[in-house]
Amino acid sequence: MWKFIHKLASPPHFFRIAAYIIPWLVVPGLLLVGYATYAGLFLAPADYQQGDAFRIIYVHVPSAYLSMMAYMIMAVSAGIGLIWRIKLSHAVAAAAAPLGAWFTFLALATGSIWGKPMWGTWWEWGDPRLTSELIMLFLYFGYMALRGAIDDTAKADKSSAVLALVGAVNVPIIHFSVEWWSSLHQGPTLVKEGGPAMDPAMLYPLLAMILGFTFLFGALLLRRVRAEVLFRERRTRWVKEMILSGGQ
Amino acid sequence: MTEHDEIPSMFSGMLGIIRRDLLLAWKRPGDVLNPLFFFAMVAALFPLAIGPSPEQLQFSGPAVLWVAALLAMLLSLNSLFLSDYEDGSLDQMLVSPLPLSALALGKSITHWLTSGLPLVLVSPIVAITFQMPLSVIGVLMLTLMLGTISLSMLGSVGAALTVGLHRGTALLSLLILPMAMPVLIFGARTVSLVAAGDGVAGGLYFLGAYAVLVLSFIPFATAAALRISNE
Repeated sequence: MWKFIHKLASPPHFFRIAAYIIPWLVVPGLLLVGYATYAGLFLAPADYQQGDAFRIIYVHVPSAYLSMMAYMIMAVSAGIGLIWRIKLSHAVAAAAAPLGAWFTFLALATGSIWGKPMWGTWWEWGDPRLTSELIMLFLYFGYMALRGAIDDTAKADKSSAVLALVGAVNVPIIHFSVEWWSSLHQGPTLVKEGGPAMDPAMLYPLLAMILGFTFLFGALLLRRVRAEVLFRERRTRWVKEMILSGGQ
Repeated sequence: MTEHDEIPSMFSGMLGIIRRDLLLAWKRPGDVLNPLFFFAMVAALFPLAIGPSPEQLQFSGPAVLWVAALLAMLLSLNSLFLSDYEDGSLDQMLVSPLPLSALALGKSITHWLTSGLPLVLVSPIVAITFQMPLSVIGVLMLTLMLGTISLSMLGSVGAALTVGLHRGTALLSLLILPMAMPVLIFGARTVSLVAAGDGVAGGLYFLGAYAVLVLSFIPFATAAALRISNE
């Protein structure tokens, strides 16, 4: 097990193994998202209160979940990179940030579109979760800006790792303080005691969508890490040999 | 005399940094005064923009003062490690046998003494122009006191990460402002709630707890960041 992990942490091995894994994530991801799109749009009944507008949760909830997941992946791999000095995990952190920022943006955009029919405004400061997503987006921007400002890759890795870790400690505090600040967001329907409060016909497409988004996120992340590894190792022999042999 | 006796204790090293930085601030009073003028001026912008209606000023006062204080704190952060970086004293701190986190804590304490504390002391004068009653001004000073401690600490990580980068204050603000949101929320809201006749304890407890949290773990992050920035 440990041997496998050590092997995986070496860039050439990762580069090769990731290429094998990506299709295994893309195919089920596309199938799940395809099913969930169809089921969410046509099979799920309209909500008795929100009508057809509720269907945006099929994009909103997975994006919001991935925006936080990506931050966690970023902070954990940055921490691993800082503590055990594994270069690959810095590459993972670097690759996860723009993806996380994008899903945060998607969550904000869909939340705001949902807000228009539900609350009557595009943006509602009274909603704590929308507000903490916005702060999350700023955290991602700060992380990427710091990375962009430092030319030396090794230094950028470590500096941004410190920032990611301090940010990770702050994320729950930010979330809590924004919640205290005001509350308008509808209560949690998915994760709560006594199971989800949702009709199965609405619920299954949502779960499928979350799973499908996660698969596709994993595929995108691996692809980005591969590109990042290739760029960082551009002066090494294995990259040269690989290119000369014309292979993957 | 053994070799160990020559190394000053951690505490006296920290006090040495505080003394030196206070002396430097005394010799260059502009660095301390400019953020205060900035604070007063930003606060003065709002009545000019909102209009002179006393109800509105009273309503927006806590928020305006807190935002102005936050921005004024940011203003002085950029230079926290800059002069040390330029004249080489930062390198001396890095190679010193004393724990760097203790020295970083000393820098943050001085930063608070020279920028946070003056803001707390000046805030009543500005608050009076916003028609704030005396009891609320007391709460404002308390929240600013606890809040600026947290801001000084959080800011020191940002300053340590950006020292030596020639990208200036914009990057620093981008790093620090999102992290400072809880402080702003609790600081400003507590004052508003008190002005509306609500209790004060919850917000103050939070600000105090947050200050203790950042006081205990940020110096280590700042030290790590300083080492990385100066490799």
